[in-house]
Amino acid sequence: MNRQTKEIIIKYIFLLFALVSVIVLALIVFSLFREGLPLFGHVSIKDFIFGMEWYPTYDPPSFGIFPLIVGSLIVTLIATLIAVPLGVLAAIYISEIAPQRIKEILKSIIELLAGLPSVVLGFFGMVIVAPWLQDTFDLPTGLNIINASVILAIMAIPTISSISEDALYAVPREFKEASYALGATKFETIVQVIVPAALSGISTAVMLGMARAIGETMVVLMVAGGAAAIPESLFDSVRPMPASIAAEMGETPYGSAHYQALFAIGIVLFLLTLVFNLIADYVAHKFKQTGSATL
Amino acid sequence: MNKATHRNFIRWRYFKQSVFFTLVRASALVITLALGGIILYIIMNGFSAISWDFITKPPTDAMTKGGIMPAILGTIYLTVGAIATGLPLGIASAIYLTEYAKQGRIIRLIKIGINCLAGVPSVVFGLFGLGFFVIFLGFGSSILAGSLTLGFLILPTIIGASEEALKAVPQTFREASLSLGVSKWQTTYRIVLPNAMPGILTGSILGIGRAAGETAPIMFTAAAYFTAKLPGSIFDEVMALPYHIYVLATAGTNIEATRPIQFGTVLVLVGVVLGIDLIAIIIRGYMRRNKRW
Repeated sequence: MNRQTKEIIIKYIFLLFALVSVIVLALIVFSLFREGLPLFGHVSIKDFIFGMEWYPTYDPPSFGIFPLIVGSLIVTLIATLIAVPLGVLAAIYISEIAPQRIKEILKSIIELLAGLPSVVLGFFGMVIVAPWLQDTFDLPTGLNIINASVILAIMAIPTISSISEDALYAVPREFKEASYALGATKFETIVQVIVPAALSGISTAVMLGMARAIGETMVVLMVAGGAAAIPESLFDSVRPMPASIAAEMGETPYGSAHYQALFAIGIVLFLLTLVFNLIADYVAHKFKQTGSATL
Repeated sequence: MNKATHRNFIRWRYFKQSVFFTLVRASALVITLALGGIILYIIMNGFSAISWDFITKPPTDAMTKGGIMPAILGTIYLTVGAIATGLPLGIASAIYLTEYAKQGRIIRLIKIGINCLAGVPSVVFGLFGLGFFVIFLGFGSSILAGSLTLGFLILPTIIGASEEALKAVPQTFREASLSLGVSKWQTTYRIVLPNAMPGILTGSILGIGRAAGETAPIMFTAAAYFTAKLPGSIFDEVMALPYHIYVLATAGTNIEATRPIQFGTVLVLVGVVLGIDLIAIIIRGYMRRNKRW
């Protein structure tokens, strides 16, 4: 075999390896649909998505996941409201204001925060935040929307902060220099020049942070309380989709309608995060920061 | 504008700035305190539970006494399995993306695939592992199924880290090698890869820390509440630290009585995961300061 052929073969072998990610993604879709789709033989998609009652173990069972979807969306939304200001402001501090030494330390701290296992954060929410909430606000339980949202926010902050910081860092120097030359203060430069120039990157960061929060399992499983009903206040319990899957899969016989329903929830969850990720990908590419050419 | 109003205007602008800076510093402080508080709290409560027996003995008396050795061992098995799956695949993917691929449809497809894979929720990975490895391929709930699931979970992290490390190898290294008549593959294997390896490994360690701490992907694919014996083969179920914490904290019959064990297990897990991460961060900082090119 001559050298040329060998090189071409090697190239295609590497291509094959690179395609593994795509193949795994396809296998994920295949597995979810293979196990989940049969459910729609006896429950309509409309009843599944918009059904108000999740009683999978009753006779006859009822597979309406609307309360679970609402639960997921509400904790994600509140977590985002907490995490976005904190994460973006911290990114601004790291990228624009902090001295070199503090910058390095803070970046490591955020990386370590990202490394905290979710079960540990869930545990923390259970043993610390929950009793505190319960005592302070005189609630029947501290395992509720607020608790889950706060812990989810802690999980989403590193994603939001580190990606925003990259975006801020990528803003060309000339922009800042031009702004200072016009007599703008540092604050004015940050708010009116740097942040707008990095906005696409920051939006990507927010989308990815939300995707992270909506798919996070252990935290909502341990601290959201688990009530499959539409909440009326922020101190109510909810049962987000991942929590339902994780809590019920262990007790479900293989191949039962309940088992299929949990996979069908997995499909919904997968599609939801996929949409978030594709939007993030689209924003990142469509409004790519290309040096001085932007603005 | 007269002088006095102008001065006030300037003062007002700087006042806004100082308010903003305070806010920004406060955010950084809140994040630092969150991490510090959590870690401190865990150490303070978990430290008393840690002993030599805790780490080397199996649980006894329906999990209320004894140690967590089988769970530590299980986590090590699963993590090693995840590395064995994710690292070679991840490095090979990154080599294709940085060394071989030309801009075009295929590379766009692969990149989107990697991004989407990175965004797949961990519980969906668990469902995938259950549906594909455990049931479709018939591995059963086992170390093998759990390792493969975790390996694919960390694949995007490893690809990202490897790509970055490969890109950091100067183009001149490749050109010098190619100009000597060395083939592309040999250049990659002998020149590029060795120079990128430290970067690849430190970057990948962060993914490995994640594999050790994940719970949802192993819940249905590998983890058991209790195993009487240590696993004998890769087709056996194992206990694992994250799952152990979850089970003791939520489903145990005696949640309050096992609190010290829960805290001890949390401390061990956090120590392992953050220890791994910290080592990676320190090595990376050292490498950045002592760059040879």
